[in-house]
Amino acid sequence: MSEKALMKGNEAIAEAAIRCGCRHYFGYPITPQTEIAAYMAKRMPKIGGTFLQAESEIAAINMVYGCASTGRRAMTSSSSPGVSLKAEGMSYLAGADLPALIVNVQRGGPGLGGIQPSQSDYFFMTRGPGHGDFHIIVLAPATVQEMADLTRLAFELGEKYRMPAMLLADGTMGQMMEPVVLPEEQTDPAEVMKGKPWAVTGTGMKRPHNIINSLYLKPDELEKTNIERFKRYEQLERDETRWEEYLMDDAEICVVSTGITARVSKNAIAECRRRGIKVGMIRPITLFPFPKAPLAKAAEKVKCFITVELNMGQMSEDVELAVRCSKPVAMCNRVGGMIPSTDEVVAAIEKEAK
Amino acid sequence: MAVVFEKPKALTDAVLHYCPGCTHGIVHRLVAEAIDKLGIEGRTIGIAPVGCSVMAYDYFACDMIEASHGRAPAVATGVKRSLPDSIVFTYQGDGDLASIGLCETVSCACRGENVTVIFINNAIYGMTGGQMAPTSLVGQVTQTSPYGRDPATQGMPIRICELLASLDAPAYLARVAVNSVPNVRKAGQAILKAFRNQVEGKGFSLVEVVSTCPTNWGLTPEKACQWVAEKMIPFYPLGVYRDKDADAAKEAAK
Repeated sequence: MSEKALMKGNEAIAEAAIRCGCRHYFGYPITPQTEIAAYMAKRMPKIGGTFLQAESEIAAINMVYGCASTGRRAMTSSSSPGVSLKAEGMSYLAGADLPALIVNVQRGGPGLGGIQPSQSDYFFMTRGPGHGDFHIIVLAPATVQEMADLTRLAFELGEKYRMPAMLLADGTMGQMMEPVVLPEEQTDPAEVMKGKPWAVTGTGMKRPHNIINSLYLKPDELEKTNIERFKRYEQLERDETRWEEYLMDDAEICVVSTGITARVSKNAIAECRRRGIKVGMIRPITLFPFPKAPLAKAAEKVKCFITVELNMGQMSEDVELAVRCSKPVAMCNRVGGMIPSTDEVVAAIEKEAK
Repeated sequence: MAVVFEKPKALTDAVLHYCPGCTHGIVHRLVAEAIDKLGIEGRTIGIAPVGCSVMAYDYFACDMIEASHGRAPAVATGVKRSLPDSIVFTYQGDGDLASIGLCETVSCACRGENVTVIFINNAIYGMTGGQMAPTSLVGQVTQTSPYGRDPATQGMPIRICELLASLDAPAYLARVAVNSVPNVRKAGQAILKAFRNQVEGKGFSLVEVVSTCPTNWGLTPEKACQWVAEKMIPFYPLGVYRDKDADAAKEAAK
């Protein structure tokens, strides 16, 4: 079943999710991710799954909360303004230690912003995607292939660590078409239910009742749950951090970028190499956990970093933290739906090379 | 000695945290009795709200989920769509169901989700200490309507059964009260019907229970029951606002 297909990024997410055993999608229309809902609306009824257009983003994430409580692979998708509305639900999912997939195909903001690509929800997703002290897994695809591959990873990591996982794509990733090899079909729904003794599926009068809950009125108990959760985050960082290194062996300048800007940066790096500049790239694939270790290691030999991002400088702060400000971190950024051209990135690299 | 009364099996042995005279305990019992009578505890999943009954998850013996404020009907939808053979109920207060969660309530009812909603209307926010609810009566003094609810600035109370009766999908909508023994018996019958409807796949059923809050009303439990009879029921008439069974029977008799 691993045939190659030409698909839009949004559709690749939807088809990959189905092949990963996801049979429940709850969403609300918003550009530029609506293809996910449209795809699910067509496919789910044919395979005995649920596509439900919810009354709001808030309702959609709470339907996911209910579905995830039963141990099923549940997902929702949206774009930046809609994801703001999901913040409450993400906090409750995290508080109840429920796995679920949330897709954010980012557009420019704040407010209604625009509908063109953006990476401006970086802080929102990696720092505080809701009230309380918690994180969600954040994965940043840079190809349509990764849209599919990281969908599977998001489900698997979410379940392993019992936390919500987000596919954080920029609008370009959702809209572009590329060849993609889809994951193997996982047809046995019983498979996804394994190892979930916490799920509420009815007691069957055979066990004490399960409770899905995030309320702890005793402060010492609530403190314990927070500390335990952060232990899981430590393990996640140790075992699951992912990144790509590109031409870093002899690099003196390190570009750090994700999504569409990482694609543009690769072209710019090729051009700079032709001009004799030793430049490479570290592309974080997991944004939480952030690949601090490879960046710190790179800081020992490069003279500077350049982040190329579609925001006013958000990931650049994580790079500064990862390298403990031991090397300068420059920026090459465009916002509001604008994307830097290869020439702009080349110019930024050349400026630092001088 | 013959046993004439027992605690329903669908309630745990946990001690209820409710105030003296509060009617949540009665409604919990009626819900649990319905679950027992239908023999559905093993496949029932309850959704607790935010409000005084937030800890209902400790009191019902079936699997339970604690939802965020107002979102129980959406959570119930997610559960029911995942486990169509399960019996799913929400238990919500007036702030939860009729204010912050009104959109979820109306939309769940409009879709005709095959779930059961138990709606506690005591005309006040109990857990946060007695603020004005969407169902607080005109002139009712609360912490946030200290001069009495003024329709000119605070609007009129909302009647949920009448509102939902304007929709086509709901199978059963009834308003009951628990301020007297006869009313408690009728409430029990309505709640049983709301659960039986779901077992039979009939669709969205909601029972609004006009309840008391002696603590925040500043009344004794007995006076609170009188206040229900004298003030609340005249504004919130008891009765059945939708019954598709009865409608079908009428249609058949024609």
